[in-house]
Amino acid sequence: MSRTTGFSSFIHAMWKYKALTLMMLPAVLVLLAHSYLPMFGIFIAFKNVNYLDGIWGSPWVGFDNFQFLFSSGDMWRIVRNTLLYSLTFMIMNLVLSVSIAVAINEIRRRLLAKVYQSFIILPHFLSMVVVSYLVYAFLQPDHGFINATVLKAFGQDPVFWYSEKEYWPYILVFVNAWKHAGFGAVIYIAAIAGIDPEYYEAALIDGASKWKQITHITLPFIRPVIIIMTILSMGSIFSSDFGLFFQVPMNSGALYPVTDTVDTYVYRALMQLNDIGMSSATALVQSVVGFIMVIATNSMVRRIDREQALF
Amino acid sequence: MANDTSSSIGGNSALSNVLLNLAFVILSLLCFLPVLLVIIVSFTDGQSILTQGYSFIPNKWSFIAYESIFKDWMTIVSGYRVSITITIAGTALSVLLMAMYAYPISRADYPFRNVFTFFLFFTMLFNGGMVSRYLIYTQALHIKDSYMALILPMLIVPFNVIIMRTFFQTTIHPAVIESARIDGAGELRIFLRIVLPLSLPVLATMALFSTIGYWNDWFNALLYITSEDKYPLQYLMMRVLNDVQYLRNNVELAAQNPNMMKNLPNESLQMAMAVIGMGPILIAYPFFQKYFVKGLTVGAVKG
Repeated sequence: MSRTTGFSSFIHAMWKYKALTLMMLPAVLVLLAHSYLPMFGIFIAFKNVNYLDGIWGSPWVGFDNFQFLFSSGDMWRIVRNTLLYSLTFMIMNLVLSVSIAVAINEIRRRLLAKVYQSFIILPHFLSMVVVSYLVYAFLQPDHGFINATVLKAFGQDPVFWYSEKEYWPYILVFVNAWKHAGFGAVIYIAAIAGIDPEYYEAALIDGASKWKQITHITLPFIRPVIIIMTILSMGSIFSSDFGLFFQVPMNSGALYPVTDTVDTYVYRALMQLNDIGMSSATALVQSVVGFIMVIATNSMVRRIDREQALF
Repeated sequence: MANDTSSSIGGNSALSNVLLNLAFVILSLLCFLPVLLVIIVSFTDGQSILTQGYSFIPNKWSFIAYESIFKDWMTIVSGYRVSITITIAGTALSVLLMAMYAYPISRADYPFRNVFTFFLFFTMLFNGGMVSRYLIYTQALHIKDSYMALILPMLIVPFNVIIMRTFFQTTIHPAVIESARIDGAGELRIFLRIVLPLSLPVLATMALFSTIGYWNDWFNALLYITSEDKYPLQYLMMRVLNDVQYLRNNVELAAQNPNMMKNLPNESLQMAMAVIGMGPILIAYPFFQKYFVKGLTVGAVKG
């Protein structure tokens, strides 16, 4: 609706394009039901919801839910976990993805490179439930591969992985990298494939070493992609992969201090404790922070590369 | 990438070439061996597991896990039935609805395209959060424990709609649409007969994204599905793993019910469940993975 020159032309446009507008109707309804209705539902965070009065009839309590949340001490733990894991994942995945992309580009035989690529993106297509089985096969206390084979071979005592929390930050970072780094590399591989070979030819004539070629041609060329991908992942820094933090540690209570993130906290408060007030307050905090992060992220992208900005 | 050499020029020395290939072989194994371990354990004899644990080279192989799973084949079949239904219905609906939304906002002459683009786009910026959505689904839409609760959450993926819009904008020339209109074709006819056939690459990519998404989803089942005959396969797998773990962790409960412990599915059975659950992806993987990589670049052009 660039310039509406009056009501009658609006009606005219409506009529002329009625087929196109009608076409969008089903998706509009889906968006309303799935996205917009819940947006209006955020008022629940300001209510003391009980099932007797229903969500509409329950009394208003102002900011009580938030006060309770912030004074409970849980908030610090889940915010710290969520942010630290997000940041670590971001850095790990970036370094690994770029390294894999640069290295795979040096494989002389393209067919081999394709075979490697097929293997390393496989984990991306497995659900977190499948991943939790794979992790379990290694960490199961009695028969798991680590305890029964690896530690035994070194004469070490078995470790009760699912109840000892000090290992889990490393396990989670590893599992996340395992699942995502290979697939993340695909984008950088595509970017590297787009570099004009003449640059490398020229560098070769000048006698540049392989390492020099990587640091002076490849990396500078994919720098914009690296920046954009990094900033985009900043937008979701306050959310976490529910499956990774809930299902992979088997929802084990002993591990909560290092596995509880905003998403698992909201889930447990809602489904296991039935505490609608607390969970909705947390969810609202997450939505608002997420909104701010996306806006901030986009304005940063705009400053670096207008073309890449979402809006 | 038709050429047989990599885009960077200048030979690596033979040694560094070998080391590089070695590193990638290790990396590939790292990605695949966990899957292989689960497959091997599912074929391992129970006694072997007790004596040597999960191993890549078990002392004794056995099909017992699969035999006992197929004794209870109704559950597996039901899981497959639900997953296949959800995946097919969800993917078909999703691709169609997204295309029907993306096409009008791709048309430069459509006067309301900015309004509808923003309407879509805002859902990427802000969401009501899990609790609010849960309460709306269960108390307002009343779709708890229905297939709709599994299909609706992934029907419209805003980012994918934007990719489709960009594809339509860059691939379908306005003159094509204009000439069809002069020939007397209506909007719906143009969309079905011209736009969709010209857009098969992006439609296929979206169908692939959507299929993987629906097949691998278990979170929505965890939230909304309560009756067992509606458990999708992934959720069924999750229950098998967690229930056994729960019983093992509760020694008291197990002591009170020795029979329960005895009837507990043994570990090869658990892993057989995992194999049955990831089977379709593993079998289809060699065929679809290259399209997936190709598909990633379909939407690379941003408008």
